[in-house]
Amino acid sequence: MSLIDFRSKVSSRVAKFPPSGIRKFFDLISEEEGVISLGVGEPDFVTPWHIREKAIRSLEDGFTMYTSNSGLSDLREAVSSHLESYYGLSYHPQKEILITVGVSEGLDLAARAILNSQDEVIIPDPSYVSYAPCVLLAGGIPSLVPVFPEDEFKLKAQEVEDHISPATRAILLGYPANPTGAVMEEKDLLPIAHVVHSYNLMVISDEIYSQLVYDGVKHTPFALLPGMRERTILLGGLSKAYAMTGWRIGYACGPEEVIAAMTKIHQYTIMCAPIMGQKAAIEAFHEGGEDVRQMLKEYGHRRSFLLSRLRDIGLPCVKPQGAFYAFPSIKDTHLSSEEFARRLLLEEKVAVVPGMAFGERGEGYVRLCYATPFSTLEEALRRIERFVGRLHM
Amino acid sequence: MKEILDILERDGRATAEKISAMTGTPRESIQETIKHAEEEKIILKYKAVINWEKVGKEEVWALIEVRVKPQEDVGFDAIAQRISRFPSTHSVYLISGTYDLLVVVKGKSMQDVSSFVARKLSLLPSVLRTTSHFMLKRYKDDGEILDGGEEEKRLPLSL
Repeated sequence: MSLIDFRSKVSSRVAKFPPSGIRKFFDLISEEEGVISLGVGEPDFVTPWHIREKAIRSLEDGFTMYTSNSGLSDLREAVSSHLESYYGLSYHPQKEILITVGVSEGLDLAARAILNSQDEVIIPDPSYVSYAPCVLLAGGIPSLVPVFPEDEFKLKAQEVEDHISPATRAILLGYPANPTGAVMEEKDLLPIAHVVHSYNLMVISDEIYSQLVYDGVKHTPFALLPGMRERTILLGGLSKAYAMTGWRIGYACGPEEVIAAMTKIHQYTIMCAPIMGQKAAIEAFHEGGEDVRQMLKEYGHRRSFLLSRLRDIGLPCVKPQGAFYAFPSIKDTHLSSEEFARRLLLEEKVAVVPGMAFGERGEGYVRLCYATPFSTLEEALRRIERFVGRLHM
Repeated sequence: MKEILDILERDGRATAEKISAMTGTPRESIQETIKHAEEEKIILKYKAVINWEKVGKEEVWALIEVRVKPQEDVGFDAIAQRISRFPSTHSVYLISGTYDLLVVVKGKSMQDVSSFVARKLSLLPSVLRTTSHFMLKRYKDDGEILDGGEEEKRLPLSL
């Protein structure tokens, strides 16, 4: 038996952290055989071949070393032209763009670069699992602001204002949203921008799903709103749209001083994003536009199909306009989201993510990912229909 | 219409109901479009893509380059259509470059294919010359990679 009490050896900051609610569920899935999963958070497509081929070539050519801390100059140029051509948003490739290890690192850097101890950060609830922990690890305090299905899970300025205190330093936005699929268009963002201006706040805007929007909806980067460029840290990446999750390449754009502060942390903790990923990312930006369009078309078909089947099954769902998730309500089943997910897994061998994983306000919902091969999606829905049918709602 | 055809080209068994769910177009309108496409021969037929090697069926495929003398008024069309009528020809294409027609031939044996080329194809008036390439192995067919497509490698749960 160990003589050391390791609990006392873990920093109090980490020890007081709530453990991931999903860990046990993950272990349960791993034990089951023949599970079909709608519980993933990444595309089913493999990175397009020409992008993989470019990375292979870069290895053959001996590109196996560090890059500059900020990332390859060609890649920063590519990010800059991408944002310029898609949104008319311009960032200086040498001074205002940092290549990160995915948006995950970008979130951590952004929080650490702008937060002082006990600064509060407004975070929508439900939202992506790492927002609150990133703020906590940076010494800040998450201030969770509910979003409601009546508002299509969009963040409302009034709710934000109700949660503002003298310690509020920033708002963390993640639209298109994981897990709800909500998109905030320009008209939805303007009132938030007004609040940001009135209370002198910063915004960390996670726009990893920016290219995955449907029904002709247009993505508006928060930095594009009047007066918001100098208050926004824009985080983006290639993981979702280009099916490049494992490459871990993202980027952060913002005012020169903020990017310099983030680069300072990045250079001591990460050094640089892996060069082969960066090489692949350049190819993706230059030549991957058609791949994104094809995948988006395919997601669009699956999304319509999923929503139509959820209607048949009787699980109400706000129409998601972005990302690749649906977030149906399971309240009529009178099961908690964990119980629903656990029983669905054990009884029908379908994995979905309980909504509570994304915050208290996610209770009563489950997240279904439609970045799933069509035949798998069809079978999963047949099983969900059978399961829900047995519950006699 | 193109969206519906696109779906059917990848999955000939997709029902009108499923296509309707995928596209948000009413089922009746999908049925009508498909009926129209079938009548107009836009959809030629529905069939399966089969990996015959797996059931041990012996088949010999060859790509035949054909040089022909174009005929007045009809150019290459008349001879190309004539070649197309032989049941052994799987596909016939007019090609730019060093030869004129590419004929894909399917037979039971090498003998079978050779005899078609020697006794039928090359004897046609206006066929000047043929070059046969026998197919040794098939890696990708009709857009489908045979054996070793990409299987699921994702973790079953990620946030």
